[in-house]
Amino acid sequence: MRQVYPFSAIVGQDEMKLALEIAAVDQSVGGVLVFGDRGTGKSTAVRALAGLLPPMKVVEHCPYNCDPAKPRGECPSCAARQAAGASFTAVEVPVPVVDLPLGATEDRVVGALDLERAITKGEKAFEAGLLARAHRGFLYIDEVNLLEDHLVDLLLDVAASGENVVEREGLSVRHPARFVLVGSGNPEEGELRPQLLDRFGLSVDVKTPVDIPTRVSIVRRRDAFERDPAGFIAHYADADTRLRQRIAAARGRLPETIVSEAALEAAARLCVALGTDGLRGEITLIRAARALAALEGVEEVGLATLRAVAPLALRHRLRRNPLDDAGSGVRVERALAEVIPAEVLAS
Amino acid sequence: MNAEAPRTLSETWRAAARAAALVAIDPVGLGGASLRAAAGPVRDRWLAWLRHLLPEGTPFRRAPAGIDDDRLLGGLDLVATLQAGRPVIGRGILAEADGGIVVIAMAERLPGAVAGRLASVLDGRAVRLEREGLAATLETHLGIVALDEGREADERPPDALLDRLAFLIDLTAVSHRETGDPGIDPAAIAAARARLSSVAVSDARLEALCGSAAAVAIASLRAPILALRAARALAALDGRGEVTDEDVAEAFRLVLAPRARAFPPPPPQEGEDETEAPPDEADRGDQTPPPDDPPGADEMPQDQGPEETEERPLTAEELQNLVLEAAEAILPEDLLAQLRAGMSGLKTTRTRGETGARARPGVGGRPAGSRPGEPRRGARLDLVSTLRAAAPWQPLRTRGRDPGAGGPRVAVRREDFRVGVRKPTIRRTTIFAVDASGSSALNRLAEAKGAVELLLAECYVRRDRVALVAFRNRDAELVLEPTRSLARAKKALAGLAGGGATPLARGIDAALACADGVRRKGEDPAIVLLTDGKTNIGRSGEPGREAAREDALAAAGEARAGGIVALVVDISRAGQPLAREIAAAMGARYLALPYADAATLSSAVAAALPAQRG
Repeated sequence: MRQVYPFSAIVGQDEMKLALEIAAVDQSVGGVLVFGDRGTGKSTAVRALAGLLPPMKVVEHCPYNCDPAKPRGECPSCAARQAAGASFTAVEVPVPVVDLPLGATEDRVVGALDLERAITKGEKAFEAGLLARAHRGFLYIDEVNLLEDHLVDLLLDVAASGENVVEREGLSVRHPARFVLVGSGNPEEGELRPQLLDRFGLSVDVKTPVDIPTRVSIVRRRDAFERDPAGFIAHYADADTRLRQRIAAARGRLPETIVSEAALEAAARLCVALGTDGLRGEITLIRAARALAALEGVEEVGLATLRAVAPLALRHRLRRNPLDDAGSGVRVERALAEVIPAEVLAS
Repeated sequence: MNAEAPRTLSETWRAAARAAALVAIDPVGLGGASLRAAAGPVRDRWLAWLRHLLPEGTPFRRAPAGIDDDRLLGGLDLVATLQAGRPVIGRGILAEADGGIVVIAMAERLPGAVAGRLASVLDGRAVRLEREGLAATLETHLGIVALDEGREADERPPDALLDRLAFLIDLTAVSHRETGDPGIDPAAIAAARARLSSVAVSDARLEALCGSAAAVAIASLRAPILALRAARALAALDGRGEVTDEDVAEAFRLVLAPRARAFPPPPPQEGEDETEAPPDEADRGDQTPPPDDPPGADEMPQDQGPEETEERPLTAEELQNLVLEAAEAILPEDLLAQLRAGMSGLKTTRTRGETGARARPGVGGRPAGSRPGEPRRGARLDLVSTLRAAAPWQPLRTRGRDPGAGGPRVAVRREDFRVGVRKPTIRRTTIFAVDASGSSALNRLAEAKGAVELLLAECYVRRDRVALVAFRNRDAELVLEPTRSLARAKKALAGLAGGGATPLARGIDAALACADGVRRKGEDPAIVLLTDGKTNIGRSGEPGREAAREDALAAAGEARAGGIVALVVDISRAGQPLAREIAAAMGARYLALPYADAATLSSAVAAALPAQRG
């Protein structure tokens, strides 16, 4: 097993880190898209995310990570156990962060006939795929813009319904598949289809840092990590632990965190000003703001918090206007300045 | 390597041979090299040289650019699966080459999707297989040599791959008479491999590498990291336990100089601002660490070599200046041209002129399921579907057979055969040739820009591409190479100026050249020519209305001969006879759009050009 670069050792890229932390606090914000320059540690950060997630409870031996607190029988495995009157034991497991590598075939993504059992025993059994493994966790696609179209279609469908329906090879299986989609990529290799773009709750635009001290610091840490991974990880273990506790505490606070009327209204006005389609943007904006408030230990979401997450939640939802040269980030900033002027914030 | 008489080695070759030695020392850390050279003795010699330096028995595999996922990543091994009666993983070339080198042939044609796979294996040092009913992680430590036979500037391996390879070697100008053994012993390589992990680098030298990379405007952070590893390998090759200033300078020459995007700024004069200067030893302490940094944990304790030896070591800044001074002589000559084109300073996005990474359609189209049938006439057996089809019948077919008897464990019959169905994807690239001359008044140019952007917004949904040629004054220029990137297109269009004479023939020529490039990549070009037809500059670049007209018609005839789908949009206020003539000569549709706005123009173009095939 390769050692993973610790999250707290990542230099700069604050927005990317913030987005991932928010997704760790509240999975319902619906995924993170990290798009930007090469060599900025996009996939490093996402892989490090797994280390920050507090463990979750699942039904023992359930390949679909079913929640023991939920009604039983949601998935084929639990339904069979329920019918057989078997006992349900809850066990703690790490939240899955499942990699969907390029070149993956459809049968491994959705699940298919278990080849081994079919050949050796002549049994017709379903072998769960990556979507099942990612249930209640994260599904990570590096170079998401290079993913084959038919896999994208499939993901869109499952992400929308929260359920994976498999009808192939004489099998008929459905199981829950609710996961946080995390994607990264470089826009120069191709843009993302708008439908897929829309599935991501938050989006981050990463840029190569240009100031030399930051660059030196990044290279130095990377070098130190490679030369002594165990020592490096140990060095940052405390910081990672503190971050993990912070996320766990924020999750606990989340249900009590309220959103002020002013923030709700500002969110609505912001979405109108930007002309984002549908309600998804507004809901994500509120949820992300609430998660950030919980992270910061603030009881009520105010305008400042809303302002901090607005670019993350909205920049990829703007309708493309090819004749507007301004980047989407600039447009969000412009709308923010209008809806939440600086003097309001100060007061 | 050989016992021939000593000869004068070219400097380029010498550097390339040194780079090969470093790849042999640390293939995984350095990622490998891209080797730009025509197929021939020079390239063969470099590869043989690399092999010669690698320890005996090191895997050295060759892969074609059009390799499919089965062979690249691996999949189900049919023969072994049938024999064993259970699914057996067949390793792909990458996993097979674990611990060695994979040579990618014709890497300039490598599809972006394959480059993405290579990149993820280089980064993760493992092949993560989620294919055909198999899930496995196969440790894969390797270096890649990308053979680049590109001739044009834009024919090169995808940037996603180049970014991860330490050495970008260009041997096109080296004659085989100038090649030979620069005097490196494989035994020295073996010793260096053993020493590599203990080579120390001082902070000042690390900073000098980062600073000089930034000074020549290299944006990617992988470059200084690769240069650092190269410096370590150089020290190890020399039998030293610490990186010296010379190692830093050579690492710059080998790794960073070929990536340079700008000449280094002149050394700061008295009183000049020093914001660009890298921090020196003294103020390194108050570097502002990111706010969420763990206190006191700015960096890991560095492996400090014996630093205070005889004389005062150079500070990072001094060393960096030294490195950069030496570098100016070896920076690529066309850098000046690039600088003039407005590239300077630390840019974070690629600019026109350097290109490569494109998502290209998968070879043979994308898989679209499978159907019963035999693997003939190019149809490929879909192993998994075949086995799945055979699976339910196994108990029946093997019943009554003596388990001890020979024969396959899995009975597959002819009716089980399934072949993969692939949907061909032929991408359309629409090349806009826009008349930016004074006669096509400036507002027309703005409309043309808008139309291009609108079309592009649609194209990228269909995954088509758009290119833009502009012609004005005496020349035509490829302003935007074939791209799907809206961001890049906008940038190119924003910088497009108008005014001047109308070199129509040259514009058509440039569009044709671009179309040729598109064809070479196996894609389908279409040309949209926006002009008012009032040409007054011929191919020679000299003014003259009549000659210009004849040249334009001749160029148009060539387009027709090439069989390229075309559309001529006449943007003059009153229809121009010449524009119509050009359209006829091109075999193109003619469209007069005197008052069209961007939206009308874009929909007209979309309607006039037949939809992409496939």
